[in-house]
Amino acid sequence: MRETSTQLMMGNEAIAGGLLEAGCQLAAAYPGTPSTEILQSIINHRDQAAAPLHVEWSVNEKVAFEVALAASYTGKRTVAIMKQVGLNVAADPFMRTAYLGTVGGMVTIVADDPGPHSSQTEQDTRLFCLQARVPVLDPSSPAEAKAMIGPAYALSEKYRRNIVLRPTTRVCHSRQSVAVGAGTVAGHPSRFEPDPGRWCATPAFLPALHAGLNADLEAIAREPEWQPRLTPGDGSRAGMAIVAAGIAYAHLVDLLADLGLAGTIDLYQVVMPYPLNPDFLAHLRSDYQRVLILEETYPVIELQLAHPGAVGKQTGAVPRVGELSPDTVQTVVSEFLGLPQPQAPPPTPRGQRPSLCPGCPHRAAFYTIKQTFPDGIFPSDIGCYTLGMNLGAVHTVHCMGACISQGAGFFQAYRLDGGDFPTIVVTIGDSTFFHAGIPALINAVLQQARIIVVILDNATTAMTGGQPVPHLGIAAGGQLTKAIAIEPLVRAAGVEFLQVCDPYEGATFAEVLRQADRHIRSAEGSVAVIISRRPCVMDPVAKKNRVSLTMSINDDCAGCGICVSEFECPALSLSEELGMAVIDQDRCIGCGTCVDACPTQAIEIEEER
Amino acid sequence: MKQQIIVSGIGGQGALFVTRVIAQAAVDQGIPVLTSETHGMAQRGGTVISTIKVGSFASPLIRTGQADVGLLLWENNLSVHRPLMKSDGVLVLNAAAAGEGIRLDASAIARKLGNAVLANLVLLGCAVRHNALFCDEQACIAAITRLAPERFVDQNLQAFAEGLHG
Repeated sequence: MRETSTQLMMGNEAIAGGLLEAGCQLAAAYPGTPSTEILQSIINHRDQAAAPLHVEWSVNEKVAFEVALAASYTGKRTVAIMKQVGLNVAADPFMRTAYLGTVGGMVTIVADDPGPHSSQTEQDTRLFCLQARVPVLDPSSPAEAKAMIGPAYALSEKYRRNIVLRPTTRVCHSRQSVAVGAGTVAGHPSRFEPDPGRWCATPAFLPALHAGLNADLEAIAREPEWQPRLTPGDGSRAGMAIVAAGIAYAHLVDLLADLGLAGTIDLYQVVMPYPLNPDFLAHLRSDYQRVLILEETYPVIELQLAHPGAVGKQTGAVPRVGELSPDTVQTVVSEFLGLPQPQAPPPTPRGQRPSLCPGCPHRAAFYTIKQTFPDGIFPSDIGCYTLGMNLGAVHTVHCMGACISQGAGFFQAYRLDGGDFPTIVVTIGDSTFFHAGIPALINAVLQQARIIVVILDNATTAMTGGQPVPHLGIAAGGQLTKAIAIEPLVRAAGVEFLQVCDPYEGATFAEVLRQADRHIRSAEGSVAVIISRRPCVMDPVAKKNRVSLTMSINDDCAGCGICVSEFECPALSLSEELGMAVIDQDRCIGCGTCVDACPTQAIEIEEER
Repeated sequence: MKQQIIVSGIGGQGALFVTRVIAQAAVDQGIPVLTSETHGMAQRGGTVISTIKVGSFASPLIRTGQADVGLLLWENNLSVHRPLMKSDGVLVLNAAAAGEGIRLDASAIARKLGNAVLANLVLLGCAVRHNALFCDEQACIAAITRLAPERFVDQNLQAFAEGLHG
């Protein structure tokens, strides 16, 4: 056991520390902001694990959940980690697990992203848990999130149920001094007991399992460890209470202190928003006339409370959209307490939009796709390459893997009208392809969709910071494993047109795109796949090996701005003063791919750096 | 002792590293600290902001008009993040042109040191020189030494010193 000390830790690192100290033996995740650093931190500190530990970046969240689930059946403590939309992918096993239960402690960590900052939705995992009938914990700080892990495993083992920990972005990506090394729990030997009535439960067994779940939820709601925590007021606001959960509770504590109102009103922190203790709900209904509820992002506590004097998201007293910022909390609390309203913050510009990095191979690919098929339809997907929308080369972004099926759907719709159809170029990242693209590709081939699928293979999961992808043959801890190449998977899916191309070679890439277009329009045409292959510019090895050119702009520049609007490299901008394009040498990495973007050949390669 | 600080920039400028250095300086002095950071899509060259709350706080975020100090690595963010500052808050900006707040062309200094990304520590040095922060030179040096990858420590300290001595 290590000595107890405090360390400045990101919320996600604190959660990882909690998992290691609690004797977690299997951790499976798919990366996604804001959850990614949890598994990364487990990997970085796996030497501190008390018991033997298996860590994996699973191919998707459903797989991660199922791996962690079965390991729990053997008695081991396990965790599955994902972001909120990852739970949509894992929904199928997640829902059934509520009925069938677990054996060894199982915690599912689902990080929500109110706002959202880096997600497709701002859905509330707590509401998902209400629908799935799974207990859910809602920490308000990194330290609290870490402190919840051990007791969450104890709760899971006592009732043999999966328990969800739901941190939000502001917990995951906050730093705080956190106590570490307080204790470690030994591992469990694996012992799976077959129990067909449970692990294979056919409909005949389910009513009893459902009844058992209901009974457990009633008991869990009354567990002393997880009761709402009261900070009593001084009686000056009798009959009023504020109920808060998650980071909104932290904003509230700071605000009341700032306004000199700490300790003037009964304040409840709800740490387990589902299931809520019916006695707590009855107490709120009978002893308070007015209750304000602060929670993110949906009215989960408010719906369960059903108190006519309660205000919150459901009544509209709290904004229903977006993050509960400290400013919003101040506005809402001022209204509730009858205080003067703070001055509304002035409207501010959004600031600099994100872009693909200078030298990003995706930019080169998108530019060529757009130039080759100016009237094409461009379904795309989740990852850095979503930013291809800045180049007008991304028309749809939906959810992991959707682009291939959407491409097929576009084709089927146009096909029904007869005659010519637009060229549909789907772009999907390598990690996304493995995650959910393969079934969609099989389906597209099966349904004879005449589409071009460009797999943007940068050999990493770039958006989330560079987690390994299956075709590298590297496991989560860095050890070698079997590499699963993309090409044989594509061929096995029935694809007959397959080309691999370097997107930096613009002319060749354009020619391959035209070949693909001829293929899909030929008599036997079906799905054409092009693998656009070049490593991410952030990859350390690629960085070391890269040839860097010194770029400049000559006097032929007409100041037309095409390089800025069409190529959209952050290192290129239009100088109003000079009336021409300029290169920010701090940001340019000297890839040279912008040369083709200039209609007057004013972008020049000076020399190799 | 309470201080609320924002660090504003665009993805890739090292705003996160400066945030960690300042927070570590607080920890080393035994002062509680909370930060919040921008991760994800915005890190691809978009506007990012970190907040640092030094002293007894529960939430990592800063309300409008409550920041004591603003370190801006990207001048164009001023219109975006200015509203977070107190009316008498201290702004320290990486900027070549004249204007509001304490200004220093940290990028130019960093470029001379061989890497524009060192502007983050040049600006931190400048803030310490003007006594804008709760922590002093020694606290920052200790935190940089602790947090920087070993092979970059000297370069980082040099950048900090350039900002510190003006």
